[in-house]
Amino acid sequence: MKTPALIGAMLASTLVGGAVSAQDVTLTIESWRNDDLAIWQEKIIPAFEAAHPGIKLNFTPSAPAEYNAVLNSKLDAGSAGDIITCRPFDASLALYEAGHLADITGLEGMSNFSPVAKSGWSTDDAAVQFCVPMASVIHGFIYNKDAFAEVGVDVPKTEAEFFAALDKIKEDGNYIPMAMGTNDQWEAATMGYNNIGPNYWKGEEGRLALLAGDQKLTDEAWVAPYRQLAKWGEYLGDGFEAQTYPDSQNIFTLGRAAIYPTGSWEISGFNGLADFEMGAFYPPVQNEGDTCYISDHTDIGIGMNAATENADAAKVFLNWVGSPEFATIFANALPGFFPLSSAPVSLDDPLAQEFISWRGECESSIRSTYQILSRGTPNLENETWNASVAVIKGEETPEAAGQRLQDGLTSWYEPHK
Amino acid sequence: MSDAHTKPKIRWHIVVFLAPAVLVYTAVMIYPLFNTLRLSFFTEVDQERVYVGLQNFHTLFGEPVWSEQFWNALGNNMWFFMIHMLVQNPIGIALAAILSHPKLRFTSFYRSAIFIPTILSFVIVGFAWKLILSPIWGIAPEMLGAVGLKSLYAPWLGKEAYALTALSLVSVWQFVGIPMMLIYAALLSIPDEILEAAEVEGITGSSAFWKIKLPLILPSIGIISILTFVANFNAFDLIYAAQGALAGPDFSTDILGTFMYRTFFGFQLQLGDPHMGSTIASGMFAIILIGVCLYLFGIQSRMRRYQF
Repeated sequence: MKTPALIGAMLASTLVGGAVSAQDVTLTIESWRNDDLAIWQEKIIPAFEAAHPGIKLNFTPSAPAEYNAVLNSKLDAGSAGDIITCRPFDASLALYEAGHLADITGLEGMSNFSPVAKSGWSTDDAAVQFCVPMASVIHGFIYNKDAFAEVGVDVPKTEAEFFAALDKIKEDGNYIPMAMGTNDQWEAATMGYNNIGPNYWKGEEGRLALLAGDQKLTDEAWVAPYRQLAKWGEYLGDGFEAQTYPDSQNIFTLGRAAIYPTGSWEISGFNGLADFEMGAFYPPVQNEGDTCYISDHTDIGIGMNAATENADAAKVFLNWVGSPEFATIFANALPGFFPLSSAPVSLDDPLAQEFISWRGECESSIRSTYQILSRGTPNLENETWNASVAVIKGEETPEAAGQRLQDGLTSWYEPHK
Repeated sequence: MSDAHTKPKIRWHIVVFLAPAVLVYTAVMIYPLFNTLRLSFFTEVDQERVYVGLQNFHTLFGEPVWSEQFWNALGNNMWFFMIHMLVQNPIGIALAAILSHPKLRFTSFYRSAIFIPTILSFVIVGFAWKLILSPIWGIAPEMLGAVGLKSLYAPWLGKEAYALTALSLVSVWQFVGIPMMLIYAALLSIPDEILEAAEVEGITGSSAFWKIKLPLILPSIGIISILTFVANFNAFDLIYAAQGALAGPDFSTDILGTFMYRTFFGFQLQLGDPHMGSTIASGMFAIILIGVCLYLFGIQSRMRRYQF
């Protein structure tokens, strides 16, 4: 009976290394963000430990590609840490359903978040939350300010202006109008379809209607983004079919392209690479004066291992993650990963500030395929990658793509049958 | 004397010497193989593993969403194998024949140079060739341009029509050293007396190769074919390193290995399904087993052997 506790104690003692006094509690944090190790050790952990004597934190990230598998086996073996960084949607939902993530609906800190922010880590009926929303990424377009000044184009607000700008840059010939490739497929769907799409399907309104089965992927609102993507092909560089994601990043940061469809996660990396000034604009709307919608996608959450022995300390930490104090530290340490709390945060990085300012101007939504819809076979997210690429290359018409995705969804999703 | 016959001793040293290999092989090969076969008869319902018999195979071959992917992957795999048989093995044999020519100098240098790619990691080969063929940074467009053939260049790895062939040829480039080495060894083992006897009869040069050497190395060519078959139908690494688990563009480079990986471990939002993954793995095992059996019973048993 006592063996698991004894083993747990022994494991804990090896982690702590005996250096901490007896009454201190150490929380081990599982994460895939090994890029953020320095930020946790230098900024986040000292700030928390200073405010909460008696609780120590130990941040133990693993490689992103291995995280899900490593975490699952650790949880099954009972050796996982007290705090678990949560992937959004189904991966974490599966952990909650398997009893590995604790229900934290009642946590005070949760009141700081909007329903959209919480949607990534809630049960389908939104009754139970199992992770505190930590960070989101916002989609949009980053542009080369020098290139825009040189060619003489202004930041486009509407779709017509957007294509006029692309035409002008193409005519000028000094810059590739837009840096994107279709080799890795996900850019076409994530930075293409789900970037410009919310303007057509009106963000949450359309996304929830699709979930409920009231709208279909063959509706104009869901096909129109493909129509715009079909026009992108001619503005991408030569050989874009074999251009990879790192290729696109390099083309843009070397100053060879004018516009880069992207997400805010690029900001910290690009700041160090580009020697020109960068600006950003949100996806252009269809007509002057339309409400703009942005993809403000929930990306990182943080929850509690249901089997932890330090539940009280873990709750203290999760509450702190939900506080404005954490939001400010995190946002400034990692420009481009924005805190999801409703409390206003000010950012020092101008490009990141530009992205986050859209939250005031536009309506936020998340990527359309992430909640529930990618649960069946065929997988809607993978199919969307495939369809976006096919449409950009001109191998499939927007209507045919919409029809194919709808057929796939109808085959397994009840509300669409 | 008769005592020794009535009481045969158990020869323990045989057991002892066999044990390490048998244990290791059982632990890392036989047990996983049978466990995979076993997994393919189960599925997961509400966090519990349930026995469903042949249901998974029925899904794989009966439902269009699955079967289309399976046949596409199998077809691509066939093409991948065809390219290896038609390009890699003939080139390997030709290289071996040239290298075994007694008057050729620096043979060991050529041999090593051709063999070196074989020991490189798939990841290095995948990325190096991706860079070489890249439309943006690659040297392929410039090299073609230098001889006035720029118009022949296309972003091959991004085009559905060419991607699989391009990757097959990359794999041929990497592995051509293996048939070359095996055939080279077989050619060296042909006794000089036979060749001299043939020379006396007036068979020299290329006709000596076609009429004397080739028939003598046929068993080696058979072995190489079956090795190529097994390696190609188990292939995964190169496609994964170059095109990712979705094996783009539009699944045109998807082979059984990548299809199995994607299903078993999941991809992006697609959660892993070990049971369907095992079903595909069992299918792969069956295909390879049938192929090897056809070879062993249909071809190898009829092959004539020459004893010197």
